[in-house]
Amino acid sequence: MVNNDFIKLRNISKKFDDVIAVDSLDLDISEGEFFSLLGPSGCGKTTLLRILAGFEYPTTGSVFIDNSDVTNQTPNLRPSNMVFQNYAIFPHINVQRNIEFGLRKEKLSREELNLRVKESLKMVQLEGYEERFSNQLSGGQRQRVALARALVKRPKVLLLDEPLGALDKKLREEMQIELRNLQKELGITFIFVTHDQEEAMTMSDRVAVMNEGKILQISPPKELYNKPVNKFVSEFIGNINLLETSIIDENDKNLTLDILNIGKQDFNKNIFNSKLSENIFVALRPEDISIKKEKIETADINIKGIVKNVSFYGESTYFYVKVEGINKLLMVSNFVDQVSINENDECSLGINLENIKLVS
Amino acid sequence: MYKKNNSLLVYCIFYFLFLYIPVFLLPIFSFNDSFHMVFPLKGFTFDWYIEMWNKARLHKALWNSIKVGVITAIISTFIALFAAKAFTRYRVKYSGLSYGALLLPFIIPEIIIAVAFIVIWTSMGLKLGLIPITISHILYCTPFCLLILISRMDGFDKSLEEASMDLGENIFGTFWRVTFPLLLPGIIASLLLSFVISFDEFILAFFLSSSDQTLPIYMWSQLRFPKKLPHVLALGAIIIVATSFIVMLSYWFRNLGQSNNNRGSHI
Repeated sequence: MVNNDFIKLRNISKKFDDVIAVDSLDLDISEGEFFSLLGPSGCGKTTLLRILAGFEYPTTGSVFIDNSDVTNQTPNLRPSNMVFQNYAIFPHINVQRNIEFGLRKEKLSREELNLRVKESLKMVQLEGYEERFSNQLSGGQRQRVALARALVKRPKVLLLDEPLGALDKKLREEMQIELRNLQKELGITFIFVTHDQEEAMTMSDRVAVMNEGKILQISPPKELYNKPVNKFVSEFIGNINLLETSIIDENDKNLTLDILNIGKQDFNKNIFNSKLSENIFVALRPEDISIKKEKIETADINIKGIVKNVSFYGESTYFYVKVEGINKLLMVSNFVDQVSINENDECSLGINLENIKLVS
Repeated sequence: MYKKNNSLLVYCIFYFLFLYIPVFLLPIFSFNDSFHMVFPLKGFTFDWYIEMWNKARLHKALWNSIKVGVITAIISTFIALFAAKAFTRYRVKYSGLSYGALLLPFIIPEIIIAVAFIVIWTSMGLKLGLIPITISHILYCTPFCLLILISRMDGFDKSLEEASMDLGENIFGTFWRVTFPLLLPGIIASLLLSFVISFDEFILAFFLSSSDQTLPIYMWSQLRFPKKLPHVLALGAIIIVATSFIVMLSYWFRNLGQSNNNRGSHI
């Protein structure tokens, strides 16, 4: 039976002088979950992680890990371990000593220690590096040592503070897959802090999007992408076109909206994820708009526009289209480059009503 | 490309000559077979060094200086270590003000400290001697130690201490296993430098000493007798060599294990 509130945060707030870093927040994380805290810098995600680790004490609220209240426990007593953003490998001792650093209290024999170190180095595929020092390791290797050093303690929770931020793109993508596999293999709860939405999406079971000290949405990655609860989330996750609109009519089931350049349309209220408010936006993912030179017969709505910019990304092509009455260029993507449309060509954009999301 | 500027080189040479000629005269005359410090040099001799070797009062003064220096070095480094930790790791209230207050002995003329100290010390009915000298030297040396240790502490990452806490060590274990070994070069540099400062210090020792002389006071007392000048020169020559060596050693320790881009960025 999976424990759904393995980690429990209740009414957590953290104030630094007058700045509210975390604002009365509740959060449950299941045992064995890969959970990401995602948000722009300064949104409070790192503060929240440090509260979990015990480096910061919350101004209000309580932290529970595995049913015990750890709110006032110092980091050394908590069943969590952390992988730091800059890895924090002790520079004065070698990899072997770094990894066994946290095992001193367990009073193991030399053989047992060596075995544990070997085991954890194998986990991160860094066997044979026992004698190296931090300055003899690459960024990726340091990261693995930091991971091994935390995992050797067999923590109940592993906290990761943007551990991939300093790596180059290729290595980062490899590490994402490796981390995910490692987490599945070990079954340890991972809490992963990042500002990179791609990273959060590819690895996590669930993602919490944070802004200004609050959690805006907690969802599995797919749902986050397809059903953003508000404008902020929709913009933060992936690319999106936001069109201004206004409510003309409303009844129990339907909303009638006036969308610039598209005209009046009826929408079922079910597709509306946000709370109702005055400032509603029609949100369209770039791949939800199709593009052709001539009119698109299969689409519910056709709009004319002029292609201003074409960006080729290999697996997809992005078109930036100027449509009269809309200030921003519309972003349209095409996964197979079958349309030969060039810059300054006239084009037709096709939208199906079912693909439209409404956010505010 | 710009042209090599020779006038700058000449300036540098003159600068160093100006600084060091008087200092180098000391060792030269210490081997000179004459009581007077005048050119031309006479014969070469080790006599003054041998004479120095046989002075019991000099030995006592040297021993006093070492005692004062070692105790000063240990205590002022100890004080500075905690102050440096506070300034770099915690959010200290009025940190600017207290930092300034700690560095004040730097700026106050030594003679003022000496006068103030002697007034307070004697008005409390306490005896002059090595103890007040040591206390005043601790006051005087702490700012130097603080500067060395703060620069060392700034150079190392706070998350190393956090990592240690996270891995199960309490604050004492963290200090002993992480902070201390990483600060060790700075601590040694601070010990050496404060020892040298105390060892060379004259004004405070002059005011606060009674019959117990430190080495600089001993040298001063000998200068009154022309016949005794040469062995003071010999002593001075040895002190120059020894203290330069210690200062260089302290500088080397201070930069030990720090990354290259930090090296030499502070004096």
